[in-house]
Amino acid sequence: MPTLHTVNKSPFERSALISALNHLRPGDALLMLEDGVVGARQGSAFASLFASAAKGCSVYVLGPDLAARGMGEKDLIQGAELVDYGGFVDLVTSHDRTQAWL
Amino acid sequence: MADVEAPQIDTSVKKKFMFINRKAPYGTIYALEALEVVLISAAFEQDVSLAFLDDGVYQLLKGQNTTGIGMKNFSPTYRALGDYAVKKVYVEKESLEERGLKAEDLMEINFEDEDDDFKEKPLIDIVGRSELTEIMAQQDVLLNF
Repeated sequence: MPTLHTVNKSPFERSALISALNHLRPGDALLMLEDGVVGARQGSAFASLFASAAKGCSVYVLGPDLAARGMGEKDLIQGAELVDYGGFVDLVTSHDRTQAWL
Repeated sequence: MADVEAPQIDTSVKKKFMFINRKAPYGTIYALEALEVVLISAAFEQDVSLAFLDDGVYQLLKGQNTTGIGMKNFSPTYRALGDYAVKKVYVEKESLEERGLKAEDLMEINFEDEDDDFKEKPLIDIVGRSELTEIMAQQDVLLNF
């Protein structure tokens, strides 16, 4: 019964990413979008959290939002996967529920 | 003029809705809006529960007094949740602890258990983070506020 978690705010501004990471179950997916993409940048203060908290989970980043902020796949933490809008829809339909952390 | 048919609402479909509250009251409209939606969905006979975590736990604090800020104190409304057949109010233990709060700092919310001679029972259930995560995974719909 996997859940798709979405985070659309920067972890430097809000606690949504931390809360999402604290409530992940193995097999869940985490999609970072809008300002949330900055949380998936490698070398950031939050990058190290993913290794333990997102263990057994897939991490996705919405490509257009990343590109708009001057970043690309090479800037992301290891294991994060880029998706486009179609991929976003696929993630929603392939999970039992979506939890949009505000 | 074409006849307009009333939409057919299938009342036999019952889903598990959880409303997740993560923001303190009064600074934003989220807490009040969540409460409104909770009462509406319960009136549609859905299986409704609430979760309070992060700053959302402040919504349930006793003794809220808003006279000085000119806003309505909506906290007494939480006590009506039991009358709306809300099944459970979960409060995350770690969120309380991080904020220096204890169970006795929260208001009392009761419901009458119709399966147990209408005895008054507490609706609030303080659960750990991992237990709450499992409860969330059993829901059909998660709505965050």
